[in-house]
Amino acid sequence: MHEDDEIPIETATLPLDGWHRARGGRMVEFAGYWMPIQYEGIMAEHLWTRENAGLFDVSHMGQLALSGEGVAAALETLVPGDISALKPGRMRYSLLLGEDGGILDDLMITNEGDQIGIVANGAVKWDDIAHLRENLPDPITLNHKDDHGLLALQGPKAVTALSRLVPEAAGLVFMQAATATWNGHAIALSRSGYTGEDGFEISLPNAALESFADTLCAMEEVKPIGLGARDSLRLEAGLPLYGHDLDETTDPVEGDLAFAISKRRREDGGFPGAARILGHLADGSPRKRVGLLVDGKMPVREGAKLFDGNTEIGVVTSGGFAPSVGAPIAMGYVPAGLSEPGTALAAEVRGKRVACTVAAMPFIPHRYVRKQGA
Amino acid sequence: MPRYYTEEHEWIDVDGDVATVGITDFAQGQLGDIVFVEVPDTGAELSQGGDAAVVESVKAASDVYAPVDGTVTEGNAQLEEDPALVNSDPEGEGWFFRMTLADKSQLDGLMDAKAYKAFCDAL
Repeated sequence: MHEDDEIPIETATLPLDGWHRARGGRMVEFAGYWMPIQYEGIMAEHLWTRENAGLFDVSHMGQLALSGEGVAAALETLVPGDISALKPGRMRYSLLLGEDGGILDDLMITNEGDQIGIVANGAVKWDDIAHLRENLPDPITLNHKDDHGLLALQGPKAVTALSRLVPEAAGLVFMQAATATWNGHAIALSRSGYTGEDGFEISLPNAALESFADTLCAMEEVKPIGLGARDSLRLEAGLPLYGHDLDETTDPVEGDLAFAISKRRREDGGFPGAARILGHLADGSPRKRVGLLVDGKMPVREGAKLFDGNTEIGVVTSGGFAPSVGAPIAMGYVPAGLSEPGTALAAEVRGKRVACTVAAMPFIPHRYVRKQGA
Repeated sequence: MPRYYTEEHEWIDVDGDVATVGITDFAQGQLGDIVFVEVPDTGAELSQGGDAAVVESVKAASDVYAPVDGTVTEGNAQLEEDPALVNSDPEGEGWFFRMTLADKSQLDGLMDAKAYKAFCDAL
């Protein structure tokens, strides 16, 4: 190899790198960072989160803030959500769309009062920043909050645990956000996450991360959970992973994310790829993301081809053993005519055909807290 | 009964002309929770270093290689029902398959327990 062949990009470390290692986290490279894939084991961590509360370090994700006159309307030229109607303290799932309506990233967008907060996927956050900067008017300020980490506390006991430190947590419902103070640090929290469970995401200054994580993990309800369980939890919840289940060739209707196209935007358009996307909304898309229940025990993973009889009709985009289901599950893309739950298909694994059935998602019911006192 | 180890973390117990093969405790610890094992069919011809079996953890599928040349005489049917045996007893009940030895001299190139431990410690 010649010295000038390539510039090696060094894998970055998270602010909690030492904390993960001290707790026995097995570190792997993900999205350009060293991240813990597991501590005691993916299966145990997955089941713990469904029953108790799991603490995930998702500080690799991009935390952005947009501000300036007309920021909501400006952002609406790039995403299909009704950002103007988003009230302070409310958030929604949205999609950054390319010119042809393909998905550049999936995002959480929050009205933080004086600014719009965005959480972007770690693997594409630099591309997102470049895209936003290039396409938003100059007076809009884009701030990358890289001096903040992001923790997710997920599971049915998350509210009990977090409320001890941040009483405001208990007052929120799903997709609501607030600011608070913990030990003199300004923090932001939202009742959201990507496991299908009730839970919170908490943004803190880097300097506060370790003591906050330590304090939570000292509680009997809370254990640190790695990326491996995060992946199996979101798969069971039917939630797509960008770069696997969604990419720039996929539009929101194909990705089964039509809910992210707000009513007003369906009527008015004005987002990238509106012609294609509104056409797919009206007439259906030729292909669609579906869930798959797999017969037997052999996992069917990303890249497995899908067959209807002897005809190759699609591909699996993520899959694996689902600890709470107790069987392998997958998601993938199939033609619209084969997307009805109950449709019998087959996946090819190492040259063998495995029977699978199109299934409604989520595989494990969501347990979001949508109303106070409910 | 002598036991040998490969750099790919398989173990092989030799008993006359027949051998039993599995993956080491170190390997199962690295893989994590095992959810599926595909053992070779009886009669399959294996060659040293070639694919012999597949072991799948929650996260990923990994190949298990043949430590020597030979013919498969039996796969461990218990692993179909209970793949977690590979986690709980990797170097006992969690064996993968039995095989004949086509060329016993190949064993000379493998490690003994002491050498394998030193190999793992250096990883």
